[in-house]
Amino acid sequence: MIDFQYLSARSLSEALSLLRETKHSRLLAGGTDLIVQMKDRRANPSACIDVKKIQELNRLEWDGNSLHIGAAVPLAKIIAFNEVKNRFNILYQAMSLIGSVQVRNRGTAGGNICNAAPSADSPPALLCLGARAVIAGNNSQRILPMEKFFRGPGKTVMTADELLVEIEVPTPPPHSAGCYMRHTPREEMDIAVAGVGSFLVLDETGRCTQARIAMGAMAPTPIRAIEAEAGLTGKVLNHDLLEKAAEQASLEARPISDLRASMEYRREIVKVLARRTLTNAWQAASAGGVKSK
Amino acid sequence: MKKLIALTVNGQVHEVAVEPRQTLLDALRYDLGLTGTKEGCGTGNCGSCTVIMDGKAINSCLVLAIDSEGNNITTIEGLAQDGQLHPLQQAFIDESAIQCGFCAPGMLLSAKALIDVNHHPTEIEIRQAIAGNICRCTGYDKIVRTILKQTATGKEQCHA
Ligand SMILES: Cc1cc2nc3c(=O)[nH]c(=O)nc-3n(C[C@H](O)[C@H](O)[C@H](O)COP(=O)(O)OP(=O)(O)OC[C@H]3O[C@@H](n4cnc5c(N)ncnc54)[C@H](O)[C@@H]3O)c2cc1C
Ligand code: FES
Ligand code: FES
Repeated sequence: MIDFQYLSARSLSEALSLLRETKHSRLLAGGTDLIVQMKDRRANPSACIDVKKIQELNRLEWDGNSLHIGAAVPLAKIIAFNEVKNRFNILYQAMSLIGSVQVRNRGTAGGNICNAAPSADSPPALLCLGARAVIAGNNSQRILPMEKFFRGPGKTVMTADELLVEIEVPTPPPHSAGCYMRHTPREEMDIAVAGVGSFLVLDETGRCTQARIAMGAMAPTPIRAIEAEAGLTGKVLNHDLLEKAAEQASLEARPISDLRASMEYRREIVKVLARRTLTNAWQAASAGGVKSK
Repeated sequence: MKKLIALTVNGQVHEVAVEPRQTLLDALRYDLGLTGTKEGCGTGNCGSCTVIMDGKAINSCLVLAIDSEGNNITTIEGLAQDGQLHPLQQAFIDESAIQCGFCAPGMLLSAKALIDVNHHPTEIEIRQAIAGNICRCTGYDKIVRTILKQTATGKEQCHA
């Protein structure tokens, strides 16, 4: 690690002015991505601005309409929050898979999305739930749907003088359910070769009114399989339809070959994961899904 | 530039001069001489650098020392009380859950952080709690069995 200045921001406005005043600075939350990158010299900031003490970034609250996850809330705290497990189960599933106890005790929700790894586990679940990023900048705030947040590996739409305040997740409707699964060579502590989140909303008669399928490690950013989703919307579901949607999702994937897996393998495994997650989501939603408000 | 910080380790406050880039692991080992905390990978993967910070197991190789001011840190040196090993430490010895011993400090602290909040964990809970701790010698089974045995109902002294 090269030497740098460590600055701890006590408020949102202080963090924003530090961002403006320092050149080549990086925001530091749990450091489980950034410190590793700094050790490797992939990141060489002249200053680290610690955001963990900012009050707004430590909010964790469900207000009925939405779940508010402050950017600096550790993953362990989020998965221990009962409302997350009960009402946002797909997010609970995805976050529980991240790293180890030690990593989840430090690593944050904000860090996971701001690091923008295509293989990160929380983004597919957040895409499925229609989450929004609340971003603060110079005298302004903007709220973006998660679809618009990622730009490429390690890149988000946030500018150098902006920071993520929280992730807002709308409460899923009744008769809905989601499921996230990933494939890793090792069961624990490994980076996803493929990750798929599926989320289905049914009406009283069992017809699918909304379908979302989101994939990780299948493109430069986490992506949704829009065509596959369209194939399910408005239909009374059956295994055949889910199988077709899984095949379609795999066609919409744009995987690469790297040291973890080949392109062909990724395309195959994403189909399997899409089928399994869709099946699980369908069964759970048919059984009543998440609690209504 | 070095900055003077106060680190609270095993109940004692130490003043240390650190560079911002120094990890908590380095400060523990090189400034405080607490070499029980080990460095394996340096990247969060092996867990040999595990310490307990404010009740939670963390990887000290990924935390800046300067970012640890005001936190309560427990290292392996802090487990024994009045010359008596912590029951879990003694159990690791009695049950041969240690071979080379390199992973043991991290294993013990991950296990302690678990049983401090979950007095009688299940086997699955134990395996999840130590999933971030790699052991190259024992094959894990002895470690898991030792923790399970030590936390079985009736063994209350373990989380005293
Ligand atoms: C051993 C190990 C295993 C891991 N396993 C997984 C895994 O299974 N799945 C997975 O998805 N990830 C995994 N990770 C990656 C990492 O732990 C997560 O991405 C974590 O959520 C990052 O959060 P953090 O708080 O540590 O981020 P940091 O390292 O503090 O920050 C990450 C990035 O986000 C930026 N940032 C942080 N906060 C903000 C903010 N408020 N506004 C704007 N930018 C911000 C930082 O500048 C930096 O670029 C693993 C990491 C390790 C070391
Ligand atoms: S040395 Fe910290 S996890 Fe390996
Ligand atoms: S006893 Fe040797 S690494 Fe665990």
